[in-house]
Amino acid sequence: MTTSGDKTHPSAIGASGDVALHGAVALTRTFHAGTPPRNPLPLGLVALLVTGLVVVASWATLYEVGMALEAVQAATPLAEAVLAALGLSAVALMVPAARAVRLARAAITAQAVNDLIQARVKGAESRNSSLVAMGFAGALVVVLLTVLLFVVNNLAVSRVFFYIPLISSSFWLMVKAFWINIYIFMVAEILVLIWGLVIAIARMAPGSAGRPVRMLATFYVDIFRSLPGIITIYLIGFGLPLTHLPVLKDLSQESLAIIALTLTNGAYTAEIYRAGIESIHWSQTAAARSLGLSYMQTLRYVVVPQGVRNIIPPMLNSFISLQKDTALVNVIGTIDAFNQSIIVASNNFNLSPVTTVALLFIAITIPQTRLVDRMIARDRRRMRIGGS
Amino acid sequence: MAFLEISGVKKHFGPHPVLAGLNLNVDEHQVVCLIGPSGCGKSTLLRCINGLEEIDGGEIRVHGDRITGPGVNVDALRRDIGIVFQSFNLFPHMTILENVVLAPVRVLGQSRLEAQDRAMALLKRIGLEHKAKEYPDRLSGGQQQRAAIIRALSMDPQVLLLDEITSALDPELVSEVLNIVRDLAADGMTMLLATHEMGFAREVASKICFLCDGVVHEEGPPQEILGDPKKERTRGFLRRIIEAKRL
Ligand SMILES: Nc1ncnc2c1ncn2[C@@H]1O[C@H](COP(=O)(O)OP(=O)(O)OP(=O)(O)O)[C@@H](O)[C@H]1O
Ligand SMILES: [Mg+2]
Repeated sequence: MTTSGDKTHPSAIGASGDVALHGAVALTRTFHAGTPPRNPLPLGLVALLVTGLVVVASWATLYEVGMALEAVQAATPLAEAVLAALGLSAVALMVPAARAVRLARAAITAQAVNDLIQARVKGAESRNSSLVAMGFAGALVVVLLTVLLFVVNNLAVSRVFFYIPLISSSFWLMVKAFWINIYIFMVAEILVLIWGLVIAIARMAPGSAGRPVRMLATFYVDIFRSLPGIITIYLIGFGLPLTHLPVLKDLSQESLAIIALTLTNGAYTAEIYRAGIESIHWSQTAAARSLGLSYMQTLRYVVVPQGVRNIIPPMLNSFISLQKDTALVNVIGTIDAFNQSIIVASNNFNLSPVTTVALLFIAITIPQTRLVDRMIARDRRRMRIGGS
Repeated sequence: MAFLEISGVKKHFGPHPVLAGLNLNVDEHQVVCLIGPSGCGKSTLLRCINGLEEIDGGEIRVHGDRITGPGVNVDALRRDIGIVFQSFNLFPHMTILENVVLAPVRVLGQSRLEAQDRAMALLKRIGLEHKAKEYPDRLSGGQQQRAAIIRALSMDPQVLLLDEITSALDPELVSEVLNIVRDLAADGMTMLLATHEMGFAREVASKICFLCDGVVHEEGPPQEILGDPKKERTRGFLRRIIEAKRL
């Protein structure tokens, strides 16, 4: 302690003489923030012009939408009122542009009386307003193009993907088939939680006695992480029944799908567990072992409970991808929501039922991703405060 | 026959020898202090004694029974040899009480109630019973270290190894921890402690060992080692300690 302390003291660097940490250089410098501001008026005028054009474009688009609604006899007074309101509110886009021009004029006036600071402040505010106006205009253009995509060609896109009559007539069929997906991923998630932990612990089996176990577990993880999930499902779903093995050949299609998904996802989950367990400092293991706890007891009571806390967000992410992978079971003919929607879609030459299923997946996934985001944010906050 | 006999113990990390044939005896009810420059192997020696590190040569005996080498049940050994670390190493996901009862319940098979009663009695003795339900993060460093000592004592060890247990503490918290060690010494607990607190070592130690170059360079009663060391290296070490106002 006493011997190594002084070497790192900052003064030691200065004393050695090769680098000045803070020297006379600063004296020869001047500030450059005081130059006269650029004229913000041209930018403001451009913003005014752009927003004006976009407002006109949105009126044109709304008109197209109105015509399309009329064509499908959906032009109710309410719908027309909504369209009119949207048209009016589009004008709001010009407010920041107008403000930019006003501020630019103020900046010019200030400069005329040599009030540099005021000119700079007004100029900066004006430029900012122009940029805000044009930013919103740009975003609105994207929205308008999307809306147009849906209404052009006599509502072609809308009819193919969002044909309301078919969506509503097939909706409950889709929801019922979606239960198969939910059943598959619920069971698979529970199995994955257990299976992944088993593999993770096997991958960390200690000593030379644990070596074969380690190698086997590593081999498993390598294989199933490289295999595309759809191939695993195909091989297991069609392969196991052909083996005529007792029990395995009699499993239902859903069970086979669950096995395949568990094997695939379990490889990822094992890696997540392992990362969590390895993130626990070895001193915790030392403390537990020195109290006489065995290797397994140390994992069970000390390491795993702490490791698991760190891995909830990545685990949820992995679950979300497992949930989406349930749609892959259609390759072995399980009538899940996706497969059901394909059947209805091809009977009707219209993809709207598939859209329903897509929306169902979105509906269950978004809340979970928000939850993950929130947990990650909470973890960050905790660490920044300086938690354990 | 000494209670703890360390003879010719060798340990190296890579090519670098940390312990080079170290000999040391600890009698029952003795308090032996290990002093020496940073990196001289004090922690390594303590970790070897309770089997957290495997030794590369020599042997260690407790009550004449060899505790190193193949065939030793280290889990059983560690029940009798408690260790307290510089960085406390309490389990952050458990309350203080859970920290203390974990090993008695899981290792000794005591009932939870029995273990809790005993733990509360121990915590009470050091004035921490009101913190029993708190998590370690909510305690001061001194309180955490006292709890860690109680956790080690909950296993009723025959010998306690203490590795610089006050080095991570603010100065005003040091005494509350040392008071416990003082009490334990008065109770006759056999202890082997690595420390930089020379004043404390002088007060409680039956014997002080100066470690250097992987061996016990000089050993003897406190007044001799700290007052009138025979060897040059020991003198140099003490001079630096005195310059740093640690003695
Ligand atoms: N696990 C390890 N791997 C490699 N080297 C190690 C390991 N543990 C300790 N060492 C080295 O062994 C030497 C002795 O370390 P040790 O922690 O026993 O010293 P110490 O006397 O306790 O020092 P301090 O007073 O700073 O705690 C050091 O040089 C250290 O770098
Ligand atoms: Mg040390």
